[in-house]
Amino acid sequence: MSSTPLKDEVSAEGPLAGGRDEASASTPAASALQRPPGRGGEVPLGSIHDAPPPRPRFHTPRSRKLRETAIRYGLQLSAAISILTSFGILFILLKESLPFFEEVSPWSFITGTTWAPLMEPRHFGVLPLIGGTMLVTGVAALIVIPLGSLAAIYLSEYASNRARRWLKPTLEILAGIPTVVYGYFALVVVTPALQMVIPDLGVFNALSAGIVVAIMIIPTVASLSDDAMRAVPNSLREAAYGLGATQREVSLGVVYPGALSGVLAAYVLAIGRALGETMIVTMAAGATPQLTLNPLDSIQTMTGYIVQVSLGDTPAGTPEYLSIFAVGLTLFVLTLGINLLSFWIKRRYRQAYS
Amino acid sequence: MKRADLFPDRLASRHGRDRLFQRLTQAAMSVGFVALFVLILGVLIEGLPWLNWDFLNNFPSRKPEKAGFKAALWGTLWVIGLTTILTVPIGVAGAIYLEEFSSRGRFHKLVELLIANLAGVPSILYGMLGLIAFVRMFQETTDPTTFLGIQVPFGRSVLAGACTLSLLVLPVCTIASREALRAVPDSMRQAAFGLGSTRWQCVRHHVLPAATPGILTGVVLSISRALGETAPLVMMGALTYVAFTPENVYDPFTAMPIQIFNWASRPQADFQSVAAAGIIVLLAVLLGMNAIVVLLRNRAERSRAQ
Repeated sequence: MSSTPLKDEVSAEGPLAGGRDEASASTPAASALQRPPGRGGEVPLGSIHDAPPPRPRFHTPRSRKLRETAIRYGLQLSAAISILTSFGILFILLKESLPFFEEVSPWSFITGTTWAPLMEPRHFGVLPLIGGTMLVTGVAALIVIPLGSLAAIYLSEYASNRARRWLKPTLEILAGIPTVVYGYFALVVVTPALQMVIPDLGVFNALSAGIVVAIMIIPTVASLSDDAMRAVPNSLREAAYGLGATQREVSLGVVYPGALSGVLAAYVLAIGRALGETMIVTMAAGATPQLTLNPLDSIQTMTGYIVQVSLGDTPAGTPEYLSIFAVGLTLFVLTLGINLLSFWIKRRYRQAYS
Repeated sequence: MKRADLFPDRLASRHGRDRLFQRLTQAAMSVGFVALFVLILGVLIEGLPWLNWDFLNNFPSRKPEKAGFKAALWGTLWVIGLTTILTVPIGVAGAIYLEEFSSRGRFHKLVELLIANLAGVPSILYGMLGLIAFVRMFQETTDPTTFLGIQVPFGRSVLAGACTLSLLVLPVCTIASREALRAVPDSMRQAAFGLGSTRWQCVRHHVLPAATPGILTGVVLSISRALGETAPLVMMGALTYVAFTPENVYDPFTAMPIQIFNWASRPQADFQSVAAAGIIVLLAVLLGMNAIVVLLRNRAERSRAQ
């Protein structure tokens, strides 16, 4: 960024400090000579004409300097809240799930294929919950990746500037709708509509939740991919047209690959949102933890389980109650991995076009 | 390879495929709009008949025809009001530090990475943070004691809810405010420094006023996000049946999304319609907030142009 050197230079205390009287009383050459040897070490002795002219010195009152420092630290403290929050979440998840892992071994938690925390004999195998989350996320990804990419190609390659100016904000309304509204939509509109096509579909199923999660993340994919595609310089498009390519060939053969890093990062970001989505899956996907690949089944996701337990009256301190923190920790690790993947893609495959 | 294979010139079929592809992208684009339309239409059809003055002025009830939104409306007002008070100064201050003061060192990189990561952490995990850190304050019970004039632990109160939501939307607020600050041209800063202003004077008198419309947009964006959040509040144990409005920040509360969630998960069909009425109110509030920001932005831009 071009502003960085300027900021660094001004933020150094030197030019702002010091007395004005002294500087104005002495000539430039004299003040260069008067410099203490420590500071003027880089100036060759004897050649005063080569010495840099002294910087102008302004008098800054002590109170203002004090205020400036106080403000600086206050602002820095506000920025540091993010560090506190990040480590707070990690610390609490670790601390609260520790007693759980004393009763249930971490290995059986990670590899167990039965999740039955509320009935005897109790089983705490998290795989069915992870499977449920993956199933909903998978359905959503299968829908949103082609749909969102095509919509992005339309926005960046086909739509006129005027159309784009109102199409994009309108599409982004979808991202601002509260998830509880989407949950209602899945339950009351999408599931009955699906039941007309698939008569023996249950009220709670992964398909309906996946479809609605996909609708929720369309703007994430479309909008970010559109930004990435518009960053591809026109000269590339013109070169392809010059070779006789059609608009579709340019879009799919030049623009899409050219914007791949941004587009992939958009996919990953959207998938991360789908993983952590809570209300839609709680309301529409059911509460039956089972390991299945059939999207017509009722399943339970990690987030759905956490909500189920916190809505019920499970006494605090029991393994059932503590298990939500272990599940939360699993979810945290998963989303952290996804986030890091998205950062890595952006950095690794970044095309700098300017 | 023959030259014809290298440069296929079956133009008619290629253009045909082109037209098909364009239709396909248009169709993909319209899916989102159709979904938005169906969603709003469905909610309006279900909910409008139930939306009346009694609905806004009644407390929740076991009978759908008597169920009202008053507790949720006031609860949301309290929680979101307090969330705004907590979020805006801290979020904007963090953005100012990162954009204007920070020396791009290790601290800067760490904070930047963590903020980007926090924006992707599922909201329900913030609910867990809120439950342990604010509702229970790392204790087994929630019996309040007074400490330095503050009741601790906060319990399932408006204050705990606002703190939790505030942490949740801080990254959104900071990221958006940074964008706004970055859009202020450097020449403005250089002019201020050239006249001998300190960094804070430059920010306070020149950069902030110029960035205000953008920051305002970011603030409204983050507050709208807080307004619709359900999972963290459910997680930290906001109540679903509340027959009073909060009087101070230590009172328990319910909020619009929680009340909607509660109604929508009941088996009776009538409660689904009550939920739809609640959704209409929630969406109307969101729409109103966004309209306000458009107005404020237009006014700010007009006054700057003069």
